Amino acid sequence: MKTTIKTALLAGAAVAASIAAAPAMAAGHEVGACLITKTDTNPFFVKMKEGAVAGAEANGINLQTFAGKIDGDVESQVSAVETCIASGAKGILITPTDSRALAPVVTQARENGLLVIALDTPFEPADTADATFATDNFKAGEMIGQWAKAKMGDDAANAKIAMLDLNPSEISVDYLRNQGFLQGFGVDIKNPTDIGDEDDPRIVGNDVTNGNEEGGRTAMENLLQKDPEVNVVYTINEPAAAGAYEALKSMGRENDVLIVSVDGGCPGVQNVADGVIGATSMQFPLLMASKGIEAIKHFAETGEKPQNSDGLDFYNTGVELITDEPVDGIESLSSEEGLGKCWG
Amino acid sequence: MSDESQSRPRGQDFESSLDKSDKTVAAFEHTSKGLMDHIQKALHGNPTLVPVIVLVMSVIVFGFIAGDRFFSAFNLTLIMQQVSIIGLLAAAQSLIILTAGIDLSVAAIMVLMSVVMGNLAVSFGVPTFFALIIGFAGGGAAGFLNGLMVTRLKLPPFIVTLGTWNIFYALNLWLSGAQSIRSQDIDANAGALKFFGEAFNIGSARITFGSILMIVVFFALWFLLNKTAWGRHVYAIGDDKEAAELAGIRTDRTLTQVYMLAGVVCAIAAWSSVGRIGSISPQAFYEGNLQSITAVVIGGISLFGGRGSILGALFGALIVGVFQSGLKLAGVDVLWQVFAVGWLIILAVSIDQWIRKVSA
Repeated sequence: MKTTIKTALLAGAAVAASIAAAPAMAAGHEVGACLITKTDTNPFFVKMKEGAVAGAEANGINLQTFAGKIDGDVESQVSAVETCIASGAKGILITPTDSRALAPVVTQARENGLLVIALDTPFEPADTADATFATDNFKAGEMIGQWAKAKMGDDAANAKIAMLDLNPSEISVDYLRNQGFLQGFGVDIKNPTDIGDEDDPRIVGNDVTNGNEEGGRTAMENLLQKDPEVNVVYTINEPAAAGAYEALKSMGRENDVLIVSVDGGCPGVQNVADGVIGATSMQFPLLMASKGIEAIKHFAETGEKPQNSDGLDFYNTGVELITDEPVDGIESLSSEEGLGKCWG
Repeated sequence: MSDESQSRPRGQDFESSLDKSDKTVAAFEHTSKGLMDHIQKALHGNPTLVPVIVLVMSVIVFGFIAGDRFFSAFNLTLIMQQVSIIGLLAAAQSLIILTAGIDLSVAAIMVLMSVVMGNLAVSFGVPTFFALIIGFAGGGAAGFLNGLMVTRLKLPPFIVTLGTWNIFYALNLWLSGAQSIRSQDIDANAGALKFFGEAFNIGSARITFGSILMIVVFFALWFLLNKTAWGRHVYAIGDDKEAAELAGIRTDRTLTQVYMLAGVVCAIAAWSSVGRIGSISPQAFYEGNLQSITAVVIGGISLFGGRGSILGALFGALIVGVFQSGLKLAGVDVLWQVFAVGWLIILAVSIDQWIRKVSA
C-alpha cells in the first residue's frame, strides 16, 4: 500500500510537471521569446497571450508560452524560466506569480543575457526585471476610491467599507489596488505595502476571495456577518465583485451598497452596464504583451532596453475608469464605450 | 454413544475426564475497564460520534469566543449554505473512500458539468430541463470512465482520478473559454438553474433549497449504503475486496456503479453550485477535491475503506465551515484558519487510528 501511494505521488508529480511546463512551440532559429503567465485560464492572461502571439507573428519572433497551473504556482514558473534560458531565447515576458520568490531565477536569466520584462505584476524590488509593463495598480485602485468617495458625498465620512482581497500571500497587485482604493477614499493607509494595518473605524474588515465568484460571495457573507451595515465594497477583480453582489442580493442589500472593482473584463463591464458594479478601473493586458514583444525585438536588434514612464518605476500601459454614473472632476468612460475596449 | 462403545475396556476411554475441564466458550480477557476503554469501544461501534461531538463543542466554543454574531440562527444557517457544495462533493467522495479508493476528480466533474449545463441552457437555448438531464448523464459518464479504468485497467484510483482531474479541468476551460457566465444572463435565459439558490426564512434563520438538498442527498445515500444489499456490498468491498469477491459479490460491477453514482452526485452539486454562486464560474472550486477529502476524513470515514458512516462527511463539512466562520468572526487572519483546518485533519486521523485498535 505504501509503495503504491509513493509511486502514485511520484507519477502524479511527473504528470503535473509535464503538463505545466510543456512549451507551446519548440525553439527555432529566429529571435526567440517566452511568455510566462500566472495561469492560462484567467481571461486576462488569455488576452495577454493573444496580444503576445499576434505581436510575435507580426515581428517574426518565435514565441513559446508557459503558465502555472494556479495562482501562486511558483515551481511551474521557475521551471519555465529555466527552460526558456536553455532554449536560447532573447527575452522573457513574465507575470510573476510571486513577486519575490522568482527573483533568483530571473537574475539567472538576466546574467545569461536575456531581457526580462515583468507584465502586469511588478517584482519586488521592481528592478529585479529589466523593465515592467503594467497597469498602475495603485492608480487603478485610487480612481475607484476617489469615485466612491465623490459618489457618497458627505456620507463618505460614515462609510462602512468591506475589502475583498485576493489571497493570503498579499502579492503586489493585491496590496497596490487595496491601498490605492483606501488612499483614494481618504483613509490613512499607513504602510502602503501592508493590507489591514489601517485603524480607520470605517473599515469593517478584509477577507480573501481567490479572485472568483464563489470566494467573493463567501467573503462578502462573512464581512456582512461582522457588520450588516456595510455600504461600500472594494473588490480585487470583477468576478469577486459579481460574487459579492450575489451575497448582498440574498440579503436584500444589493441596491444600497456601492461595489467598485478593477480589471475591465467584458463580463465586468457588462456588470457596470447592469448596475451590479458601480465603477471599475479598466486595464489593457493585450497592450502589455504586444509592447513587450516589440521591446524584445528592439533589444535583440540594438541591445537597447525599454525606458520607464516618467516618475514611475515601470512603463505604464494605462488605466481607464468605467462607470455609468460619472462624477465631477474624475475622467471616466461609459460602460458602452468600455464594452468596445474590454478584454476577454 | 452406542452400546458398543460402552462395552469397550476402560483403558480406551480418554473422554471421561473431559467433565472436569473448563466448559466456558473461548473469550477475550477483559482486564482493565477504564473510562477510556469504554469511550474507545463506544466510538468503535459508532464512529460518527466523534465528529458530532467535535461539531457541537466547536459551535459552543465559538459561541463564547465570537459571541452573538456567530451563535445566531442566521449565521448557523449561513454556514450550512457555505458548506452546501463542498458537502455534496464530500458525499460523492465518501462513496469512493468507503471502497478504499480516492477521487481527485470530484470538483472537476462538478465544475465541468455546471459549465455544460450553463452553456447548453444559456448560450445554446436548450430547455433547462434537458440541459440538466444532459449534465446528470455527463456526470454519470465521467464517473463511469473513472470506474472503468479502476476496474478494467486495474489502475490505482489515485492515478486514474489524478489523470481525469486534469482532463476534466482542461475540457472545462475549453468549453467555457475560462469565462464566467453572468448571473444576469442565467436569470434571463435559464432561471431554473438557480433553483437551489432560492431560500425561505424561519425567524432569522435563512434556509436555502441547496442546504436542504445537501441533507436529503446525505440521508438518501445513508439509506442506500446501510439498508440495501448493494450498500452492504460497497462496505464489504472496501473492507476486503478479495473476500467480498469470494463471497459472491460482483466487485468490479459494483465498484463501477459506485464511481458512476459519485459522478451523478457531482452533477447534482453542479446544479446546486449555480444557485449558490449565482454565476457559472469555471475558476471556482479548484481545491474542491481536497476540501471534500478533508470533510470526509474529519467525518471519521477511514481512508482504508469499509468503515465509517457517510453522515460523518456531512458533519466533517460542517465542522470545517464552523471553524472558518468562527475564526473569521473572531478576527483571526486567513492563514491561521488554514493552519487550524490542517491540525483538524491530523487530529481526526489520529483518533481514527486509535479507535481501530479497540479489538487489539
